Amino acid sequence: MHQYSIQEIADALKKKSMSSEEVTRHFINRIQLHDPTINAVTHLCHEESIKQAKAIDAMRAQDANSLGELAGIPLLVKDNFCTTGMPTTCASKALAGFTSPYDATIISNCKKAGMVILGKCNMDEFAMGGSNENSAYGVVKNPWNNMRVPGGSSGGSAAAIAARLSPAATGSDTGGSIRQPAGFCGITGIKPSYGVISRYGMIAFASSLDQAGPMAASAEDCAILLSSMASHDPTNDMTSVKQASYDYHKQLNKHIKGLKIGLPKQYFSDFGDKRYETCMQDAINELKALGASFIEIDLPDVKHCISAYYTIAPCEASSNLARFDGNIYGHRCEQSSTIETMYARSRSQGFGEEVKRRIVMGTYALSSGYDNDYYQKAQNIRNLIRHDFDEAWQHVDVVMAPTAPSTAFKLNQFQDDPTKMYQQDVYTIPVNLAELPALSMPIGFVDKLPVGLQLIGRKWDEATILNCAHQYQLRTDWHRATPENYR
Amino acid sequence: MSTDWHVVIGLEVHAQLTTESKLFSRAATRYGARPNEQSSYVDCALPGTLPVLNREAVKQAIRFGIATHSTIQERISFDRKNYFYPDLPKGYQITQHYRPILIGGQIDIDTDEGAKRIHIHHSHLEEDAGKSNHEYSPTATGIDLNRAGMPLLEIVSEPEMRSPKEAVAYIKALHKLIVFLEICDGNMQEGSMRVDVNISLRKSEDAPFGTKVEIKNINSFKFVEKALNYEIMRQADILESGGAIVQETRLFNESTGQTEYMRGKEDAHDYRYHKDPDIPYIDIDEDTIEQIRQNMPESPQEKQKRYSDDLKLSDYDARVISHDKDYATLFDTVINEDCCQAKTLANWILGPISEQSNKSSTTFHDCPITIKQLAKLLSMLEHNKISNNNAKVIFEKMWSNGDNPEDIIKSEGLEEINDIEKITAIIDDVLHANPKQVEQFLNGNHKLIGFFVGQVMKQGQGKVNPKVVNDILKTALDKRK
Repeated sequence: MHQYSIQEIADALKKKSMSSEEVTRHFINRIQLHDPTINAVTHLCHEESIKQAKAIDAMRAQDANSLGELAGIPLLVKDNFCTTGMPTTCASKALAGFTSPYDATIISNCKKAGMVILGKCNMDEFAMGGSNENSAYGVVKNPWNNMRVPGGSSGGSAAAIAARLSPAATGSDTGGSIRQPAGFCGITGIKPSYGVISRYGMIAFASSLDQAGPMAASAEDCAILLSSMASHDPTNDMTSVKQASYDYHKQLNKHIKGLKIGLPKQYFSDFGDKRYETCMQDAINELKALGASFIEIDLPDVKHCISAYYTIAPCEASSNLARFDGNIYGHRCEQSSTIETMYARSRSQGFGEEVKRRIVMGTYALSSGYDNDYYQKAQNIRNLIRHDFDEAWQHVDVVMAPTAPSTAFKLNQFQDDPTKMYQQDVYTIPVNLAELPALSMPIGFVDKLPVGLQLIGRKWDEATILNCAHQYQLRTDWHRATPENYR
Repeated sequence: MSTDWHVVIGLEVHAQLTTESKLFSRAATRYGARPNEQSSYVDCALPGTLPVLNREAVKQAIRFGIATHSTIQERISFDRKNYFYPDLPKGYQITQHYRPILIGGQIDIDTDEGAKRIHIHHSHLEEDAGKSNHEYSPTATGIDLNRAGMPLLEIVSEPEMRSPKEAVAYIKALHKLIVFLEICDGNMQEGSMRVDVNISLRKSEDAPFGTKVEIKNINSFKFVEKALNYEIMRQADILESGGAIVQETRLFNESTGQTEYMRGKEDAHDYRYHKDPDIPYIDIDEDTIEQIRQNMPESPQEKQKRYSDDLKLSDYDARVISHDKDYATLFDTVINEDCCQAKTLANWILGPISEQSNKSSTTFHDCPITIKQLAKLLSMLEHNKISNNNAKVIFEKMWSNGDNPEDIIKSEGLEEINDIEKITAIIDDVLHANPKQVEQFLNGNHKLIGFFVGQVMKQGQGKVNPKVVNDILKTALDKRK
């Protein structure tokens, strides 16, 4: 059952050949069996999820027509989305013991659709990291190879989907946090355009870049999930933007003959591993066979993306994370004599190293006298990168890019060298800076490790990249591959 | 202290807007709620919450901008001012640092030397912080977030005031204006209007500005003047003894009447301002401004002109009533009832109503008399059904029990005698009883008319209409010539 697509589970539930309770129990059993190895799940809603599943079954027995496609489908939630009735910690000690009194909009949307929440997923603390090694709950292991990272920051979500511990998960992507772990774990994940899914209830890291998205085995699964997760939420989120259509699933049936795909010359010049390049070439050939044409394009300013991103994101984070002071909620230090020491101690104890590093970087960059040198300049670069893409859209419908410079790297490989770690985000970051939709899908293996490929779309055009990926997946089986121990 | 110091004063006034809900959350803004009763998830900065701008606050700011001839900006930003404090749960205040809503503007004030125009540097929207409360426990501080997120318009003047009196005149003019615009209730005790003053001294009017000192959070006209007077003395003493003013922030101590050191320049926070990434730029279009312009409440000046030109009130009455929000509201409401002449109404507002209101320390609005009842009373007075004196007596009773004037008249037997036959009979009686005085009158002592009126009124127990008495009396006396 865990090899089924979401559509297949939904069909089985509709036909009543399976009950939602059975589905939920199956995945809970898998989590209990496999999660001790990969550490992807930080909280399991055992009884509550079965209760929810039973309720859905009861509703189906009464009035099957009142239920949507996702009713009874299990969902794992990255731990930076606020959820009632279970902890929300951002994998940080700073939020130890915190339970949100409200559901994030994306969560209430999923609940309205009848999804059954299985629990919360491990992640890099406050979504800061690309290896899931910065977590108060410990590192997550890549199901394809336990010595490798799953990527991050949505590493728990990606590893759980790869190990088929759930058919669906939420992720969040500020600089690649959905796509890079999706790539490393051989699954499909989409970061929609900034503003498609409400940010209300998603704990902010860098507000101008943060965007939630679905993670699942295939583009079709992601399209089904996105249709329910996305909504116009003006009463909670001023950056939420109304879309022409929220039915992404319906838009998957187009052929891609004549689709123009851009290959940025900056991105396809030099990979360390020839086999990695071959994977890309194979994917290009498949898409060509489907009728797509390829054009080389120029994105001259993307080379500045790392410095721009690692200015903007820490600046916003330094301000966004000020609220974790131990005053109203979250970790508070033992007795302290003054309010200043309480803040200093609570925050020093609560935050991990990477989070502290970014708060310090952001605080410095926003300091009086430096704001024009850093934050403002980074915004200017951001505009240049937007402009690069705007130019590209004159010639192409989709831009193709690798998801990461390599396959999943080894645990601890970059832990002592943050700037090298940051370099790993080079292909994903421009998309966030330009607020574009992009997905990562599996296109092959190198040394038994998945290779991910990105498809980047025009702003608000999730449908085209989802359809392109879907057409590719109709011809290929990479998205069906599961690691040996989890089949 | 020598008097040859020239004073330079600039003011930052925080006016709390009258929106139903807070600037960025849907929590209510009602005053006097129990601690934290009006604090939403957004106000306590729960993880994941986001601000949503209250457009009504923007409209109120625009209203102020129109009234003060400020330039309303086409595109405004909301920016974060970062600092740690327990009453600021987000760790930053949302304010308008880069693109405030209003630039420039002016307010005219009355000074001893006549009218003076004070220019506004800019005005911006921002959210208030909560309150720390030390009353609950000797060892812990309570945090009340009811005020957190309250909408404020901060109005920053140019440093154009030259004396504490001018500063007070400016605040009073501003107070009057924002109350009239209905964008602030102006209640200073409840902190709806708070003032920060910046003051410096210099040797002459054309010397460069001296080092300024800021005095924060003063909440009454009186204290502004006191604080400034004290500060002028303090700074002059320092300067005259050869010292230098240190740029610092001070607080006014209401019980000592002195200003006290709060923090120095070196303690100033680095606020790490940056545009709030949760709030896109807001564009204000011409249509919005035009619509607000069409619906602007009438200004005191416009009212005054209408009162004297159209309603023919005396200059004095027109000015006093138009410049007092309560008076003007009452006047405009009652005049619509079409119960009496404007002049009568003005006399009553400035006479009995104001007296009664002072005596009982309640406004007319809060007394039990309805507008309809007041209109009825004035209409009866206007139509000579009751005398002015009796009207006052009836009014006092109405104020205390809220009864209808007709009922009071009946129960107290205060109907005016307008029956000419009855009055003629009384007059005949009086003339008959006082033949000497009649003779003297007929011989030219016309002052005695007052005596006869008095006697008639006495016999009529005050219920006869003096006007009618006058007329009939004259005819009766003429007959005896």
